[in-house]
Amino acid sequence: MGNLFFKDENDRVDGVDKVTGKAKYFAEYQLPGLTYGVLVTSTITKGKITAIDSKAASGAPGVLGVLSHLNKPSVAGYEAEGGAKLKIFYTDQVLFNGQPIALVVADTFERATFAASLVKVTYEKGAFNTDFEKSIKDASVKKLQGAAPYVRGVENAYKTAEVQVEQTYVMPVETHNPMELHGIIADWRPNDQVTVYAKTQGVKATQNTIAGAFKIPAESVQVNSEFVGGGFGMALRTWPLEIATVMASKHLKKPVKLVITRDQMFTMVGNRPAAHQKIGLGATKDGKITGITHTAFGQSSTYENFTEGVVNMSKFMYSSENVNTNYYIVPLDMSVPIWMRGPGEATGAFALESAIDEMAHALDMDPLDFRIKNDPEKDPAQNRPFSSKYIKEAYKLGSAKIGWDKRKNKPRSIVEGSWNVGYGVSIGVFNAGRGRASVKGILKADGTLVLQSATSDIGPGTGTGMGLIASKLMNIPTDKITFELGDSSLPPAPSQGGSATLSTVGSAVNDVCVALKATIAELAANSNMDATSNFVDVLKKNNLPMIEKTIQSSQNNPDAKNYSMYSFSIHFVQVKVHQLTGVVKVSKIVSVGDSGKIVSPKTARSQMVGGAVGGIGMALTEEAILDNRYGRYVNNNFADYHVPVHADVPEVDVIFIDKPDPIVNPMGAKGMGEIAIIGFAGAVANAVFNATGKRIRSLPITPDKVLMG
Amino acid sequence: MINFQYLRTTVVKTALGLVSKDPKATFIAGGTNLVDLMKRGVTAPEKLIDINHLPLKQIELKNNILHIGALVSNSALAENAIVAAKFPLLMLALQSGASAQLRNVATVGGNMMQRTRCGYFYDTTMPCNKREPGTGCGAIGGYNRMHAIFGTSASCIAVHPSDMCVGLAALDAQVVIAGTKGERKINFVDFHRLAGTTPEKDNNLQKGELIVRLEIPVNNLNKHIHYLKVRDRSSYAFALVSVAAALEIKDGSITNVRLAMGGVAHKPWRLTTAEAFLKGKTATPANFEEAAKLAMKDAKGFGENDFKLKLAPNSIIEALTIAKSKA
Repeated sequence: MGNLFFKDENDRVDGVDKVTGKAKYFAEYQLPGLTYGVLVTSTITKGKITAIDSKAASGAPGVLGVLSHLNKPSVAGYEAEGGAKLKIFYTDQVLFNGQPIALVVADTFERATFAASLVKVTYEKGAFNTDFEKSIKDASVKKLQGAAPYVRGVENAYKTAEVQVEQTYVMPVETHNPMELHGIIADWRPNDQVTVYAKTQGVKATQNTIAGAFKIPAESVQVNSEFVGGGFGMALRTWPLEIATVMASKHLKKPVKLVITRDQMFTMVGNRPAAHQKIGLGATKDGKITGITHTAFGQSSTYENFTEGVVNMSKFMYSSENVNTNYYIVPLDMSVPIWMRGPGEATGAFALESAIDEMAHALDMDPLDFRIKNDPEKDPAQNRPFSSKYIKEAYKLGSAKIGWDKRKNKPRSIVEGSWNVGYGVSIGVFNAGRGRASVKGILKADGTLVLQSATSDIGPGTGTGMGLIASKLMNIPTDKITFELGDSSLPPAPSQGGSATLSTVGSAVNDVCVALKATIAELAANSNMDATSNFVDVLKKNNLPMIEKTIQSSQNNPDAKNYSMYSFSIHFVQVKVHQLTGVVKVSKIVSVGDSGKIVSPKTARSQMVGGAVGGIGMALTEEAILDNRYGRYVNNNFADYHVPVHADVPEVDVIFIDKPDPIVNPMGAKGMGEIAIIGFAGAVANAVFNATGKRIRSLPITPDKVLMG
Repeated sequence: MINFQYLRTTVVKTALGLVSKDPKATFIAGGTNLVDLMKRGVTAPEKLIDINHLPLKQIELKNNILHIGALVSNSALAENAIVAAKFPLLMLALQSGASAQLRNVATVGGNMMQRTRCGYFYDTTMPCNKREPGTGCGAIGGYNRMHAIFGTSASCIAVHPSDMCVGLAALDAQVVIAGTKGERKINFVDFHRLAGTTPEKDNNLQKGELIVRLEIPVNNLNKHIHYLKVRDRSSYAFALVSVAAALEIKDGSITNVRLAMGGVAHKPWRLTTAEAFLKGKTATPANFEEAAKLAMKDAKGFGENDFKLKLAPNSIIEALTIAKSKA
């Protein structure tokens, strides 16, 4: 491992800055005359604000203003927007509990906090519904189709199969809750130029959203977001609270900083929606799948629909002639969800991979053999080959590493004192997407290379990966390469999401390096130098301090349309379950990534480890608990919303297949942020069954469920 | 902000005078709970008397009684050599509490004074008889997975969150309390209260009184001991159920026994009936099971916490089994 003293070219380029505090996050910028905003939130779940008494707040020491729908400064873009999104401070309507309804701005954070407590709001309460599970059964609650129904072959074919499994799997709301709280600093200047320091996964997206809301040119909005303290998807959109802060800065003619509180993180910045899924599986007695039916319900909001790919995986992961899926969303009086790491697929994989395990058990087959037997050579949904897929090799490597041969098909076979030991496996899969990005390369006569792109780094190691790609292509050591990101004035790139950054921006880095090399070769030829000459010599000979190239990458290999491109993961876990207390400990983890060529081994491993930690949370501990009588969360803090602690996480063995995908991009690297978590919860649930004979179909698998199961 | 006065003294008598005279004054030590309560608007003292500089930080063994100053930090107490040798049950209970960072700051007295972690108590928009008498109990009929099964009342089913206190309840500790009129001593098990009709009162400390030290008589319960904490994650989580178990075994028979539970009542819950049953019996699984069964008499679930009716006796059996197995 590299450290401060022995530098390794694979080290995270900003690792030292992050652990020494040099890295500056949005909330740390001190602008001259900075003021502080604190939000007042609704304490009812639905209804109408009848009055906001902000007299005491306005008169409190240091208070500069109280913004609400009563005095909202005009937001030009609101009128143009459709009705779907929450327009902050636009109407008197309350759509969910914890909705931001006023913003108090003062000269200090403490004064703003105090003044916010003085704002008195009166309401006309309306009837509301936040009860997701009850709503599934209640026909009078409206459900919307979240995706077109899909049928391949015969619908519900599992019902006529020799062996059938039909089960329901549920999971609660999960919140992203990165360590860094959400917020923004906005500085609207008199010339209608705005600078923001944001926590965002997409500086261009933030720029466009703010420009669109206030109807100003995108170039008038400068977004800075060099470091992000975790996102997991929640910073993929610019939330109403950010618009409110820009609004306040414009209105008060001062820079305004807003950092929301931990409890506000539960209602203002999205969540992974609760899900209720039914899986029907049919198979022949010798273990051939003959039918898959996957019906999913996801929680959504009444004011904006949120859908994700919950049922996608069921269409192509196993060879079955007959597959049908349905996906509905249930609009509730709650804030709108957003993509959370492994969006859709992490939810779907828990259900499908649990059901696969149930079927293997019903057939008395090793679940690994059952999966291998039903592993399709081609994508059965698209009827085309996979660009690359080394699932069988991944099974082999992972099972050997965890000691799968010790596993018995019969549950409760391994006992260590008061603990039952079990093994579980599950697959994860996610689209290996690639978008279009621009990168500027500046190759200098001092031997350095600067690369610039308006992409983001929420932690996966974007700069590190890009540096390694360029280093290899240009034959320049990584410490001579700088990758600049998190600045909206740089060449445009898409938001960091969907495991696509390395593929998308990396391709552009590849292309710009190729272009720079061509220019150097041209210059070398023109100055009668050898074609292999070092670029420093070539630039010097030509009296050039630097050359620059900006390249927009092509979106895809033209051949890509003939292939299905996915990243895969196989998670193996060993669990120990206490016989008397129901406590589950994950005691061994082997996660195998089949995500093409690994460009940055250290940060890639780190991603997989992080996914396993998130997976333990999803499987065992994480649940945002809502009291449906009030529509309010009762565990909206880090003491009661349990993310795993170190003691919950064993050593994580990460194995990469590390074989290039020939289609996806020039690096041969497929994305891997999502597959690190997708499937993990299923592996744990399957291991708990193997240990105890108890099938827990409701996440998280807390001691009470195991004990009473 | 809500202004408050902050005063600091190095003299116990001065501290007592400052708080006893002023209804809006309160002591602050580690502040790990009080500061949260102030931030959430659950409490708003107008005067904070910082007692961190009072001379109450000694741990001494005198005449076979361990004296623990009220300002000893949880981590200092857990790391103390006398505690490790003579009261390992207390050490284990301390180590199970909160997180290392919190234990470094939290004091013995503060640990005893901490309020419940019931979510309804902390959310000032929800009903809670403990925070605002007369508003009702949010947890009854609501989210009560973490709540009490023993000694509950119609007005409150909150639990006391401490681990340390469960260990102390098992060890026959006494609490030495100073007031303006002098010191008084009460048994640790009588320090905390059941909710009854006055859930706003967590304990029997009178206004202006200050915990100055604990006294624990040395016993032979330092070998067959265990503190079992069952929780949703391995650290920094409150107990679903916890058990402090201590046995003295001679020739296979139990000559002395202490049992207390956490996460099940408004106070650390001493299991006297189970203790009485076990005394003189052999340390067998059957007797442990019978003791656990006896301990559960009068337990009552509220829906989401019904699992505790099974988890609690199981945990008693497991704690006794592990305690017995320790050599």
